[in-house]
Amino acid sequence: MSAYNLNVNGKKVKVDVESDMPLLWVIRDFVGLKGTKYGCGMAQCGACTIHVDGQPARSCQMPVSSLPKNAKITTIEGIGEKQLHAVQEAWIEEQVPQCGYCQSGQIMSAVGLLKSNPNPTDADIDAYMNGNLCRCGTYDRIRKGIHRAADRMKAG
Amino acid sequence: MKNISASNRRDFLKTTALTGAGLMIGANSFGKGKNAKKIAKAGAAVLDLEINPFIIISTDGSIALINPRPDMGQGSTQAAPSLIAEELEVSLDQVKLIQSDGKAKYGSQQSGGSSTVRGLWTSLRKAGAAAKEMMIEVAAKRWNALPADCYAENGRIKLRNSDKSFGFGELVDDASKLTVPKNPKLKDPKDFKIIGKYNKRLDVPERVTGKAVYGIDVEVPGMVYACMLHSPAIHGKVVSIDDTEAKKVKGVLQIIKAQRQMPHRTSEAVAVIATNWWAAMKGRKALKVQWDNGDLAKTMTTDKYFADCYEAAKKEGINHEEQGDFNAKFANAKDKIEAVYETPFLAHAPIEPECAVVHQKEDGSVEVWAHVQGPDGALGDVSRFFGVSSDKVKINVPLLGGSFGRKAYHDYLNEACYLAKELKKPVKVIWTREDDIAQGPYRPGMLSSMQGYVSNGRITGFHHHAIGESILGQVFKGLRPDEADPWLSGELSTENSKYNFPVSKISWTHVKTDIPVVWWRSVYASNFGWGQECFMDELAQKAGKDPLEARLALIKDERYRNVLTTLAEKANWKEKLPTGQGKGIAIFASFGSISAACVTVSKNGNGVKIDKVVSVLDCGYYVNPDHVKAQTEGNIVMGISAAVKGGITFTNGVCDQTNYDKYHVMRLSEAPKMEIHIIDSGANPGGVGEPGLPPIAPALGNAIFAATGKRIRKLPFDLNTLA
Repeated sequence: MSAYNLNVNGKKVKVDVESDMPLLWVIRDFVGLKGTKYGCGMAQCGACTIHVDGQPARSCQMPVSSLPKNAKITTIEGIGEKQLHAVQEAWIEEQVPQCGYCQSGQIMSAVGLLKSNPNPTDADIDAYMNGNLCRCGTYDRIRKGIHRAADRMKAG
Repeated sequence: MKNISASNRRDFLKTTALTGAGLMIGANSFGKGKNAKKIAKAGAAVLDLEINPFIIISTDGSIALINPRPDMGQGSTQAAPSLIAEELEVSLDQVKLIQSDGKAKYGSQQSGGSSTVRGLWTSLRKAGAAAKEMMIEVAAKRWNALPADCYAENGRIKLRNSDKSFGFGELVDDASKLTVPKNPKLKDPKDFKIIGKYNKRLDVPERVTGKAVYGIDVEVPGMVYACMLHSPAIHGKVVSIDDTEAKKVKGVLQIIKAQRQMPHRTSEAVAVIATNWWAAMKGRKALKVQWDNGDLAKTMTTDKYFADCYEAAKKEGINHEEQGDFNAKFANAKDKIEAVYETPFLAHAPIEPECAVVHQKEDGSVEVWAHVQGPDGALGDVSRFFGVSSDKVKINVPLLGGSFGRKAYHDYLNEACYLAKELKKPVKVIWTREDDIAQGPYRPGMLSSMQGYVSNGRITGFHHHAIGESILGQVFKGLRPDEADPWLSGELSTENSKYNFPVSKISWTHVKTDIPVVWWRSVYASNFGWGQECFMDELAQKAGKDPLEARLALIKDERYRNVLTTLAEKANWKEKLPTGQGKGIAIFASFGSISAACVTVSKNGNGVKIDKVVSVLDCGYYVNPDHVKAQTEGNIVMGISAAVKGGITFTNGVCDQTNYDKYHVMRLSEAPKMEIHIIDSGANPGGVGEPGLPPIAPALGNAIFAATGKRIRKLPFDLNTLA
C-alpha cells in the first residue's frame, strides 16, 4: 500500500491504495465518487472516461502510480458543480440518456471533443466518440446533443 | 420529482426504507429540513397515509407515488407514476417517487414483456382516481357541498365557483378513513394533461451529473466485496482449489467455494472476498482451480447445436397451428420455395454488469440492494434461500444500467445471498464484463425453416417451422415434449401476423442445449421476425409482386394496413432508386404493438452501407411520445447490432467471446440516420420497449436483396463483405 495525494475536481484527497490499482477503482471506492463507471476493464467501452489534466482518459487502464505529478483529475461530478456544463444541459435538452449508465463517459468524451474542436461535424463526432459504447442506443441523440452543446458554447 | 437515486446515498437508503410502510404514523418520511422544522413548531407529528399501495399522502401535503416497475432505461420511473398523477391531478415535479420493494401488495413488479404501461394502464389510473374521489368526498362534506361541485387540480381539491380549496394534506387524514371506491370514474382521454404529452424525464439531470445510483454504486457499512470465479464451461464442478497466490494479494480476506444458482440448475463457483473489488479481482486472477467439465464440451458447442437444428429442419415438427393440409398442397404446388434462416445466440451485455449487495442481519432478517427487473420475484427467491418469511426480507432496487432481459435472471443476486449467509456480513458481488459475456444466459440461437408457394400472383401457402431451445422448457422446465412452445408459436400465429394465407402451418421442434438461455429484448420475435419477414419477400418475388403489395394483399386488419401504408408513405417506398441502392420493409407485431420498418442501403465495395431506417409504431395509447421515440431508436440500434455485429459461439463447452473486443456491439459511427413515426390509433396501450426491434433485421436483409440481389439468411453477417 502507498499513499497518494490526488487532486480530484479541485479538491485534495489522500488515498492509501495499491500502486497498480486503476484510477477507476480509486475514484469509485476510495475517493467515493460513483459517477465514473466500470463497463469492461479494458478500454473498450469508455464508461470510465475522466479527464487527466484536461484530456479524456480511460480510468480503468490507468494505474494510480502512473499519474503525472500534480495531475488534475476531473470526473463527471466536477464538470458542472456550480452550473451545469453546456454538454450536460444539451443532454437534458435532447433527453439523451435512457439508462444513463454510459453517459458519464459519453459526456466526458464530448467535453473533450468540444475542447479540441468547437465546431465538430458529424464525421468528427463519429470518429471521436467511437470509443464510447451505449447499449441503449442513444447515439443519434448524442450526435444531436454535441451539436447543440457546440452552439450553446459559441453563443457563450 | 425525486426518485430513489437521490444524490445523497444515506438519503437513498432512508427513503427506500419507507416503501411498504403501510399506514405510517409519527414518521415524516418525505419531509426533511423545512418540513421537519414546521413539525417541531406545530408540536405535532406528521402522518404519512397510504391511501392505497401506490399513493402516500402526508398531512403536511407531501405526496409520494410508488413506481412498481424497475427502471432499466425504458422510462418506467416516469411512465408508471404518470398514470397515477394524471388521475390524482398532481404534476410529477411535486411528488416524490419511490421504487416498489417486491411486496405482494404492489402486484406484479416485473419489468419485462414491455408491460409497464399496458399492464398498469387501468390499475394505476384507478389508484389515482380513487384517492382523488376520497378527498373530494371529505372536502364536499366540510363545505356541505355536492361532490360533483368539487374537483381536483394541482394537488388541491377545489369548490367550483368559489375560491375555496383544501390541500391534499388537509384532507388525507379523514380521507384515509373512508372505504376505497372500487370503480372510480376515470378521465376521458381527451382531458389528459400528462398522458400522451411530451414531457422531459425529470430523472435525466441526475443521470448526466453522475448522481444517479445504479446497482453497482450501492455501499453499505461494513461491506466486503466479492469477485466470482465461474467455471469456464459454466456448469463445471470444482475439483480442486489452489488459493496460495490469491491469498497473498493485499486486501484479499478469504476464498470461499460458492455456488451460482440459476433458475433451472446450480453450478459451482469460487468467490474471492476482499476489502475492495480491485483486490478481489486480482485475487481471482491468482486463483488456480481445476474443473471437471464432464461432457459439457459436447453439449455446449454451438456448431453441434446448429447441426442438430439443421437436421431437425429436414423433419416434421410438432404442429402449433394449421389451416388446410399444408404438406399435401406444398407437395403438389408448382411455384414453391424453401429456405432456412438462422439467428445466433446473443448476450445482452448491458454496460453495467450484474451485481448485488446482500446482508443478513443478526436477527435473521435480510436486506438486499440489487438492480433486478423483478423485485417481487427476487423477494421470493431471497426468502426461500434464507428460509425466512418474506416480511423479514427487504428488497431495495437501485437503477439498472441497462438490462434487456438479463437482470430478470437473478443468478448474481443468488450468489450474493449464498456469500452473505456464509460471511454473516454485507457483501457486494460485481461480475466482470467477462463474466457477463461468457457466462450467459443468452438469447437462444434459433432456426426458421420456411416453406411456401404462390399461385396467380399471390402468396397462397406458408409454413414456418421454428427450431431450437425453449426458454420455457429450459429455464422454467415448463414445456411438455409433445407441445409446441406456446411463447413463440403465439407470436408466429397468423392471428398475430394477420396474414390471411389460404393454407398455412406453424410448427416447432425443440432442440436442447446446456448453454443457458433467457429472454433478450423482444424474445423470440427477435429470432423469428428474421425468417418470417425475409421469406415473405422471397415469396413476393416468386409471385412477381412488390413486397408491400404482397403483404397488403394478405392483410385485412386496418391497424396493420395503416402501419404499412404509413411506412410506405414516410419512407417514400415507391420512389425510383439508382442502381446499387435498395429499400426493404418488414412488419411484426409483438407485445401488443404493431411495428414496421423500412431500411435503405447502398452498395459499398463488396458490402453495403445503411443509409436510413424509418420505423413506424402503433402502440395504442402511450404516456410520453419521447419515451416511445427513444425506445424505438434503441430498438433500431440493437436490431441492427444483432444482425451485423457479434453473435455468441461456444467451442468445446466454452464461450468464444469474453469482452467487447470480441463480442461486438454497435458503435456510434455505425448508427444510421433514423426516423420514427408513432401512430395515434387510440387503441389500448401496447408495449413500447421491445416491439420496434423485430422488423429491423429483416427490413435490412430485404433491402440488401433489393440493392444487390444477394439473399442473406444467416445472422450475423458482415455488412462490409456480403457472402
